Amino acid sequence: MSEKFTIEIISPDRLILKKDVSEVVLPSFEGEMGILKDHIPLITFLRPGLIKIVEETEKILFVEEGTVEFANNNLLILTSTAKELSDLNQNYVNKLISESEVKMKNIEITDKEKYLLSYKIETLKSINQ
Amino acid sequence: MPSLDDLKKRIKSVKSTQKITKAMKMVAAAKLRKAQENAENGRPYSKKMQSIILNLTKSINDPENAPKLLVGTGKDKTYLCVVLTADRGLCGGFNSNICKLAKANFKRIISEGKNLKIITVGSKGLDQIRRDYGKHVIKKFNFKDKKEITFREAEIIGSEIIDLFNQNEFDKCILFYNSFKNVITQIPQAQQIIPSENQNLKIKDGNSFSYEFEPEEDEILEDLLPKNISTQVFKAILENAASEQGSRMTAMDNATRNAGDLVDKLTINYNRSRQAAITKELIEIISGAESL
Repeated sequence: MSEKFTIEIISPDRLILKKDVSEVVLPSFEGEMGILKDHIPLITFLRPGLIKIVEETEKILFVEEGTVEFANNNLLILTSTAKELSDLNQNYVNKLISESEVKMKNIEITDKEKYLLSYKIETLKSINQ
Repeated sequence: MPSLDDLKKRIKSVKSTQKITKAMKMVAAAKLRKAQENAENGRPYSKKMQSIILNLTKSINDPENAPKLLVGTGKDKTYLCVVLTADRGLCGGFNSNICKLAKANFKRIISEGKNLKIITVGSKGLDQIRRDYGKHVIKKFNFKDKKEITFREAEIIGSEIIDLFNQNEFDKCILFYNSFKNVITQIPQAQQIIPSENQNLKIKDGNSFSYEFEPEEDEILEDLLPKNISTQVFKAILENAASEQGSRMTAMDNATRNAGDLVDKLTINYNRSRQAAITKELIEIISGAESL
């Protein structure tokens, strides 16, 4: 029996990815979450981070936000910001980091926004290393 | 009876108009392919998002505490109407169809004694609505300088709507746009987005699971609902863009054909008058020769 399930990543303007994979690690809002076949039905949303898709070769995507549904061995990720790591260049990442750092300094942001931004900066910095 | 010269000029001018409409049709056809593709690619996202929201709402036990974006404020005093039109004209009945539908709704809302607020997207709709409902327009967007409309633009409109909602500026929000059926048919549509209408997305029972939620349902909904608003706006924009090109293509096709008919008619006229002139000259010569 195959140990694979289907993953679909959809952005508002296109289908980014659809394939059978064996494991996916998601940056869920409350922490990293690994998903294997026959996971129980689940709905959650993402914080900024990396989606790791494990097959023969590992594939990593950077996301800023998104909504996840898992049902019937079908993992659905709705996000408007998924970017493959290999498509990101260093300048762009640096720009995102400095933009986020400016936002962090704003006193008016809520704790939740602060939480999300700190993850965004952390993830982006780890990409650039 | 116009002179031969006049006819000649008319024929020439109609022919050059025909050339322009033909070119516009070609351009619209090329753009249509892209726009249609975009509209079709955008559909799964909004469909899936709606189904997730439906699944979430099913598992909310306590409808009293459900987010307001989902269930509404409980009143229906003030309506916010978002009218999406094109930035360019010459696309047949495209803009007027949306405006006609929107105006019919405005009239009904006002006659029921409710408050009306309007947001227009696209300059053509604004022009048509401003005449009768100018004082109700609270905000206008247009994307004339944008070559391609992305999710970003939809998010700008979406967040504007949500801000207004959070400030209790309105109770219900209706979106007007043309949904793209095929090249010749576009259906003007009024879609209520706040509170979201759920009757058109009933999923067969038995399809429901008991989901695990992480974090709690209402927290997910709080994150998801604003996104859904932007998604609905984006979907409407994409459908509209495809409809606009389709409508323009059909309109320009008709214009080209009409111009062709007109040229034929004018050419026959031209030839007739030319013959008449020749006959007249001949008669003059013959009768002149006879009288000698």
